[in-house]
Amino acid sequence: MLHEPAAQYGNDPAFAYKRKLGVRMFSVYALLYLSFIVINLIKPVLMETIIVAGLNLAVVYGFSLIIIALILALIYNRACGKREAALGAGGSK
Amino acid sequence: MIDILPVALFVFFVALVLAISFYFAGKAKSASGYYAAGGSIHWGVNGIAFAGDYLSAASFLGICGMIATSGYDGFLYSIGYLAGWIVALFIVAEPMKRLGKYTFTDALDANFNHRGIKLMAAISTLVVSIAYLIPQMVGAGTLVTPLLGLPHYVGVILVGAIVITIVATAGMTSTTYVQFLKGSLLLVFSLVLVIAMLYRGLSTAPDQGGRVPFPEYRTMLAAEVNGVLVPEDGTYALAEVKKSGSASFAKLIKDGSASWWKVSTKDDHIELAQTQWSASKADGSAIINGAPASKTNQLALVGNLDKIDGKTGESARTGIIGPFKYLSLIGSPDSTVVLWKEAKFVDGTDKVSVYYRAATPGNKVMRPGLKFGLEGTPLERIDFVSLMIALFLGTAALPHILIRYYTVPNPAAARKSTIVAIAAIGFFYILTLFMGLGAMTNGVVNLADSNMAAPLLARSFGTFLFSMISAIAFATVLGTVSGLIIAASGAVAHDLLDRFGKVIKNDAQKVLIGKLTAFVVGFIAILLGIVFKGVNVTFLVGLAFAVAASANLPSIVMMLFWKRTTAQGITASILVGIVSSIGLILFSPTLFGLYGLDPATAPIPLNNPGIISIPLSFATLVVVSLLSKGTQAQRAV
Repeated sequence: MLHEPAAQYGNDPAFAYKRKLGVRMFSVYALLYLSFIVINLIKPVLMETIIVAGLNLAVVYGFSLIIIALILALIYNRACGKREAALGAGGSK
Repeated sequence: MIDILPVALFVFFVALVLAISFYFAGKAKSASGYYAAGGSIHWGVNGIAFAGDYLSAASFLGICGMIATSGYDGFLYSIGYLAGWIVALFIVAEPMKRLGKYTFTDALDANFNHRGIKLMAAISTLVVSIAYLIPQMVGAGTLVTPLLGLPHYVGVILVGAIVITIVATAGMTSTTYVQFLKGSLLLVFSLVLVIAMLYRGLSTAPDQGGRVPFPEYRTMLAAEVNGVLVPEDGTYALAEVKKSGSASFAKLIKDGSASWWKVSTKDDHIELAQTQWSASKADGSAIINGAPASKTNQLALVGNLDKIDGKTGESARTGIIGPFKYLSLIGSPDSTVVLWKEAKFVDGTDKVSVYYRAATPGNKVMRPGLKFGLEGTPLERIDFVSLMIALFLGTAALPHILIRYYTVPNPAAARKSTIVAIAAIGFFYILTLFMGLGAMTNGVVNLADSNMAAPLLARSFGTFLFSMISAIAFATVLGTVSGLIIAASGAVAHDLLDRFGKVIKNDAQKVLIGKLTAFVVGFIAILLGIVFKGVNVTFLVGLAFAVAASANLPSIVMMLFWKRTTAQGITASILVGIVSSIGLILFSPTLFGLYGLDPATAPIPLNNPGIISIPLSFATLVVVSLLSKGTQAQRAV
């Protein structure tokens, strides 16, 4: 029988910080995503509005949701990395 | 006639993939090596492998096909699929890595050591993996027909056999590098395709760079005499008129040959518009546009702009064009896109499908609503919300994605690889909008199977790009299917037989059973891929997301964030999530259509179950946890 425990990592002093930050950033993004759904539900015609460079709100919002995801991810990684470095944590085994 | 180049590239890719598998075979002797690549994959490689794993046939074939036929609504899948990675990064990535070992069941059960969790999470992994496997196999079958001239089922069997070899030889290590290779090539050649498309620009008579003459579809006037439709062209005689929904179709006979025409009334005159059509006869034979179906007589490829920003003909041709201009011209209210709609009815003993042109303003094409009926009934709008919720919450609950967190050395690497994945996947999804619109406006949409939009768009640029894109698309299927089969292997060998059943005696046995599982799951996938031929693969993946989001996500989130979560609560939540989501899908209108029944008679009016099954799963977890409080160790994250 190989009933082994799940992999164990050392205590991560940055864990609470990362979790709190993750939840906050998730909330920001979820709000943006929710707004996109709500606009489409309540006033889909609004999505035809030209915003910039001839692109309508649907395209700008859609691309923004993709690009903002990456920006938030990079900010999150930088913040987590800095905190891990400051606290001497890295999530290493 | 099959070209040599596509076949050569296809054989090269398959040989490369198999070579990778045999090269890494030596590293898969231990369970850690087989199921988690020894936890030694660099986060950068893992990030691209994530993309290779995630960007499945649904993303490449299905989304592009859906955008080509339904405009922006197909792009909603791109947005939802990408947004799901936010949940994975901010909520799931590091805790999953910290708590798990080989499978997501490990993480879920880390603080409980409960047999119910092991059993239900393993079943959930199998169910979600098989649900996800169906569209991949359908996509594989779709690809080989134009690429190698082989029937759909041969493609499905071919993928099954190759993937079983990949997984059975080197498990997660070979799977990782196959996914890395495929992810990289997919990004590069999708970009090449989009650049080629922009270089060609837009026109109202796309002729594929002079390769294929643009077909003109005829319209003619008709009059109603004593209640009978009389075509203006006297060489045609009316045989009958059929209705399908609000549309009417006239069957006309000319020189003994039948054709169907769409009837419409405009400004007090009746117009007949030429259609394409197919008929299935009672003896199993098929008629396409009036002649027996054959390799040379198929439905013609379609899709074009009728007007570009108010211009038509040669003056509308743009030549080389920038990406924003491309989108803005298609989306202009003064542009008209010719989309094609399908109507079905019975004519005597024949089952007829008529495909007719529907001129659609560009501004309607470039915003949501063509497919999801955002201005339709409340039910249609609920269906849209349900889909968007499932896509957002499904990614972080896909077992074959979660196991990739165990291939990197530590939680920080899990986080970084997720960010690489977001960058790669986000970039690809932006390209899908261009590729889908490119197919829509370049006359390359296959009316019988929208899944081929991207490869056929590539073919409009010549054999080399088509061969590369098709071979990559095939590799795309291989990469994703390998990940799914590894996930299923882990669920059976590690979760069920080892941790739940406690029947595995050593590491070698666990690897052996994993390999045997790969054979069984691969075989099941082959059968399902043949059965579901022709269904849009993105739609099928959307359903797999709904099952994953319903069965797994509530448990993962509550285990991490609610201290009163109990093992019983998790077990019940997974069970309710699986049963409710699959139950709702089986009785949905789309599935009723697949059964050959009238979709309107489906007892569940929603096509996307997430809006019901996800909250139900959450509620079950809360209620059962509260009821079983004190009987079970609490979470200790």
